[in-house]
Amino acid sequence: MEIQKPAIAGTLESSDAQIVVEPFTDGIQLSIESSVMNQYGRQIKATVLETLEHLGVKNGKITVNDKGALECTLKARVECAVFRSCGASEKNIPWGGVVR
Amino acid sequence: MKNAVNREIPEELLKDGKEVYQGKYYMDGKYIKRDSPKTRRYVKPQSSKLCSSIRKACERCGAHDGMTVSFHSEFREGDYVASMVAKVLVEEMGLKDITIAATSLGNAQDLIADYIEQGKVIGIQTSGVRGRIGEVISAGKLATPAIIRSHGGRPRAVEAGEVHIDIAFLAASTSDCWGNAKGVGGKNNCGSMGFAIHDSHYADHTVIITDTLVDFPNRPSSISAENVDCVCVVDSIGDATKIATKEARVTENPRELMMAEHAAEVIAATPYFTDGFSFQTGAGGPSLAVNRFIEKRMVEKGIKMSFALGGVTSAVCQLLDKGLVGAILDTQDFDMGAIKHLAEHPKHHEISMSEYANPANKGAYVNQLDFVVLSALEIDVDFNVNVITGSDGILRGAPGGHPDTAAGSKCCIIVTPLTRGRMATVCDEVVTVTTPGDCVDILVTDYGIAVNPLRNDLAQCLDAAGIEHVTIEWLRDKAYSLVGTPDALEWEDQVVAVVEARDGTLLDVVRKIRPLQLDG
Repeated sequence: MEIQKPAIAGTLESSDAQIVVEPFTDGIQLSIESSVMNQYGRQIKATVLETLEHLGVKNGKITVNDKGALECTLKARVECAVFRSCGASEKNIPWGGVVR
Repeated sequence: MKNAVNREIPEELLKDGKEVYQGKYYMDGKYIKRDSPKTRRYVKPQSSKLCSSIRKACERCGAHDGMTVSFHSEFREGDYVASMVAKVLVEEMGLKDITIAATSLGNAQDLIADYIEQGKVIGIQTSGVRGRIGEVISAGKLATPAIIRSHGGRPRAVEAGEVHIDIAFLAASTSDCWGNAKGVGGKNNCGSMGFAIHDSHYADHTVIITDTLVDFPNRPSSISAENVDCVCVVDSIGDATKIATKEARVTENPRELMMAEHAAEVIAATPYFTDGFSFQTGAGGPSLAVNRFIEKRMVEKGIKMSFALGGVTSAVCQLLDKGLVGAILDTQDFDMGAIKHLAEHPKHHEISMSEYANPANKGAYVNQLDFVVLSALEIDVDFNVNVITGSDGILRGAPGGHPDTAAGSKCCIIVTPLTRGRMATVCDEVVTVTTPGDCVDILVTDYGIAVNPLRNDLAQCLDAAGIEHVTIEWLRDKAYSLVGTPDALEWEDQVVAVVEARDGTLLDVVRKIRPLQLDG
């Protein structure tokens, strides 16, 4: 998938994460802020990168503002932001495909 | 050197007779030579001790660079006096190298964080540290390591002369012009002044700061005029409505209520739940909520409580009003209802922090406790509890009476959710040990109950009552399966705080955290 326009998913509530994705031409540029950075920073980074790879996103500027979200939440927020960025969130979510 | 809870204590801290923690009864039977204050004689009659300003009182008490001052925290988040006095000392008088020995410090004293950063305040000794003060200490900005003591450890340290208070500045809801002072009857009432009484006995100088001057004699009083040098009247000493903070709230959270109900079931299953039992709950939603469920059990069994200790809330006052509690022994009030109750009810007694929890006196009330129900930020598989540092390693908690009541009681129950957000409360190793595992008996979480293997007797009681329990390792695994196994924190060498066990031995140290930097 390709990030075509800026999109956002998630909130800044406790146990959630807000993901902003923006078009970018030169690979993945990832920045992470987290309330649990010292203990889970590496795992958050790995989860976000794995999710992007799974969706086939090769380029994009990704900003994560994490408030202690569980891994499943992070994954869902990243997927949603990417789908919104390429207009797939209304009807074209690949249920059973890359989303399972 | 490793101590009895397996924590490495740096050798440089083991001087002047300081030892590592060696078990909860290590100091039992040993003698202590009590320190004494150097006090000024007032032979010539004076009509009043009123001073026109805090500065005048400071000057009269010989305020100087390098001194140690104390404050009590009965107004909790609503305290105005500590910041007010610190401002006079630092900004008006230009004093430096000040050590602050407070019963607790929090958001109400954020101003003091500035003085730490400016190097004016160089020492902090406290039973709790929240807000910006915790952040600047954690960032290594305090010139000397902060010393964290429990509520019982503080009066012990004062009596041992490990902290000698030059001037105690004590907020009082009412005072007469002579210094007879108390926490009730004024514009802003804190109720018990138990945190202040002991300081007035051991400080070289005592200054009462009040907003309600009353006719002489203000009796019965918490602080006696015989120990008071000066009285200052200010517009307002604090906002009592902020005493009930979120830590001391009454919960409506169904998860917390479920845990509280389970804790009450556990209590009822032990042999100590008989007529005349004694009881304390800590501040914290689920542990406070146990009061609600204990009542039903008491009525069913037809038994009464001999005394409730604490840390007093309206919930326990209501039990007394219903005739279910013989007496309340009160060192601190957690809400407006409890403050009012102390003023009105003859069976609701104020006690000093030393009477409450000091392990070096001839018998603190905590040693008479059957049950205490407490919270935890973290608890590890050895049942060690952390209530001082967040899982990120930053100082943001308060041991308070946690280690004292845990050690003194026959049955210490920790009630905590298994996870908070992405933080596993039950973990491999707590960030900082504040209450040693040999003092903790039962853990109640929303995913199950675990009994300390040291207390097989209690495990058998639960079995007999048909209460299911699991190992604490099972709870840890469950927590990690939900949130993921956390990476270990990374630390600098600098020690930013020393955690003393209640007997004065060294339980743990807090080092400066090294924040995780992600590359790319």
